[in-house]
Amino acid sequence: MVLASEITPTVELIGITKAYPGVVANSDIHLTLLPGEVHSLLGENGAGKSTLIGILSGMVQPDAGEIRINGKTVRIHSPRDALERGIGTVYQHSLLVPTLTVLDNLLLGVDQGWKLGREMAMARLHELATLLDVEIDPSSIVGDLALGQRQQVEIVRALWRGEGVLILDEPTSMLTPQGAEKLVQVVRRLVSKGLAVVFITHKLSEALDLGDRVTVLRRGKIVGEVTPDELHNKSRLQVTDEVLKMIFGEKSDASQGTSATQLSDTAGETFRVDHVSVKGDGPHPVLDEVSFALKRGEILGIAGIDGNGQKELAEVLAGQRRVDNGEIILEDLSIQHLSIAARQAKGLRYVTDDRHGEGMVGPLSIALNVVLKRVGEAPFWRWSFVRHGAIREFARKLINDHDVRTPHEEVAISTLSGGNMQKVILARELALAPQVVVYNKPTYGLDARTTAIVLARIADQARAGVTTVFISTELSEIVAICHRVAVMYRGQLSEPISVRPGIELQLGALMTGSTAV
Amino acid sequence: MNGLFSELFISSLVSGGVIAGIPLIYAGLGEAISERAGVLNVGLEGMMLGGAYGGFVGALHFQSTWFGLMCGGLTGMVISLLMVVLCVRLNSNQIVVGIAITLGAEGVTALLHGAIYGDSYPRVPTAHPYAIPLLSEIPIIGPGFFNHHVSAYFAVACVFFVSWVLKSTGIGLSIKAAGDQPHALEAAGGGVHRTRTIAVLSTGLLAGLGGAFIVLVGAGLFVPFVTNGKGFIAIVLAMLVRGRVKWIIVASVLFGMSLSLTTALQLAGVDVPIDLVLMLPFVLIIVVLFAFGRRSYLPAALALPYDREQR
Repeated sequence: MVLASEITPTVELIGITKAYPGVVANSDIHLTLLPGEVHSLLGENGAGKSTLIGILSGMVQPDAGEIRINGKTVRIHSPRDALERGIGTVYQHSLLVPTLTVLDNLLLGVDQGWKLGREMAMARLHELATLLDVEIDPSSIVGDLALGQRQQVEIVRALWRGEGVLILDEPTSMLTPQGAEKLVQVVRRLVSKGLAVVFITHKLSEALDLGDRVTVLRRGKIVGEVTPDELHNKSRLQVTDEVLKMIFGEKSDASQGTSATQLSDTAGETFRVDHVSVKGDGPHPVLDEVSFALKRGEILGIAGIDGNGQKELAEVLAGQRRVDNGEIILEDLSIQHLSIAARQAKGLRYVTDDRHGEGMVGPLSIALNVVLKRVGEAPFWRWSFVRHGAIREFARKLINDHDVRTPHEEVAISTLSGGNMQKVILARELALAPQVVVYNKPTYGLDARTTAIVLARIADQARAGVTTVFISTELSEIVAICHRVAVMYRGQLSEPISVRPGIELQLGALMTGSTAV
Repeated sequence: MNGLFSELFISSLVSGGVIAGIPLIYAGLGEAISERAGVLNVGLEGMMLGGAYGGFVGALHFQSTWFGLMCGGLTGMVISLLMVVLCVRLNSNQIVVGIAITLGAEGVTALLHGAIYGDSYPRVPTAHPYAIPLLSEIPIIGPGFFNHHVSAYFAVACVFFVSWVLKSTGIGLSIKAAGDQPHALEAAGGGVHRTRTIAVLSTGLLAGLGGAFIVLVGAGLFVPFVTNGKGFIAIVLAMLVRGRVKWIIVASVLFGMSLSLTTALQLAGVDVPIDLVLMLPFVLIIVVLFAFGRRSYLPAALALPYDREQR
């Protein structure tokens, strides 16, 4: 094995610092990327990973620090600059133009000349496709491609102007297991050709699987590193434990389960959905005679592959979508004709999966977002005047109770990390002693620790008597906190069954429709 | 009603439709470029009006239609520079700036015209038509379509040229990306601000040409507010063609015909209240928006300022 000090690092970051108003995103970061090595960057949401990539890729300018490429000090002024120095980035959210073809997307920004050099581009595409060992049709429209293929196009584009460093930002978050497998192959191929790959993730197992070296970020600082030697010589369990401590600090409670508590037999039925159907635009109904009944304090998990009517069910329950047939009964009262506001007044709350769209108004402050569903109510409004003092006080209390990481309650909610946004939304929905709460994928996009916090909170609420509908695509979460589970498949809901160990296989069969519903 | 089908009515409708439609082609094409690049240019009317006045002064000064058109295009471009600085570089609200440009241009051109030419109302030199051989000899519609000043044919050529640029050149690609997914353009190493600047300046040039055409080829003299809402009609046209710029030609001529209906009806001896006919293009716009508006294609990043570090 060659000692690291004998090789010129492809990229060195020395003392990189970047501060945003109220938050230091990167503080004195030292990072070395070596050729032929996959370097995993691990950290929770908001640890500063995105800012660091931004700096490397030229999107963000650091406040202080030095960047060296192949031993020479440089400034990366723009993304173009970075690309020309051989640093290419594949972003978490696709940065391809969906309306253009693959080839045109690759030509974008490269060829500023008068006539496009489509022939030369074809040759380069072929060259890189061979390097990656993938097949890419240059004339297909990007919007029509599967996500895995789009990502291959993005990798090709990142390497288009030179193959030095490839930065992959949460590259597996949108992929199927097969797609992720292919990605691993591609990455392995690239490092074998001498590229340096930066692999950013918040999933610990991936970081260890793919990385030759692992660096952990927490709150903008590097808090630890696992060297290739350590990865080789220590047991997986040992390394996992060490890294967990780095990520979460000394007290690591992320892996702790929150299993459902026993329901008392005397609990009365409180929420019933009776043969609810919604026609929808297509030939098949989006909801087809959905029925279930819940006792007080019960958590019903609704599993299923995305797009089988879960979202529609959630919206029907919340009052955002009209029921064509059937009944929704809350405490002996038929509510399917009530408005959203009237249902909220009856104690029915909804936590949307569309955190950024329906869940909040991004540019408004946290304080205003927590009273978003209570406009006009005392004590936040009096004689239709806003009482900012009362609102701020309320927001401060929620921020405190729910451990939201923010400088103060007046910052725009869109500046928070995903996990903190979700904490604010949960705090808002749970503040007014709810009867029934409908959650639609409440942990989507959250890191392991925040997920655990959110699940624990949902279980706590149920223990306190809140009836819960928990829609999720993650079976492990459903098994962890639900009493019963039903599966949505093509608008139909299976008979709810009690959660017991080893139920996943049975659920999986229901999810794919391979057994009769 | 026999007058409605007379040769005179049809040929004057076609001819008038082309004359009224050409400014819409210029301006609509300009707007289409801006919109594809993600800039909603509400100041189009103002740029046309500026071009109309600039073209008028240029044509009077040089006693030449061509110099007039050039001056008109340049004036439009200079006005669009305002939009570039405020909206593209400083990220101001595009709609507010656009309205300001229109209102400002209305005021300034009326004031200048009143102060300098208010008493005399001078006429610009006549723009001589060029009849395209053979085509202009087609009976009834031939002269209406193919006997115009060369700048009318140039407008059509511009449409085909822009259509080619959007499809086959680097700048065309950048323009489409700047409107649909500007972060992608930037990440690919292109410049969103630079691309949008080029697009907006082209819009100014084309709108200015359109305005100058109204005065130099159509009316023959400048009067305040001579564009009379054509800029706004062009904005609607650009949205309706959904990025397929060649359709601007058809849409513009159709709207031009409805604009020129008054004259044609008078020539044909049909007595319809003028106010009713003048309303027609705008009624048509509303009807068309009702019918097709929901399907109109707009780039995803239209009217959104671009800030690199913000996502």
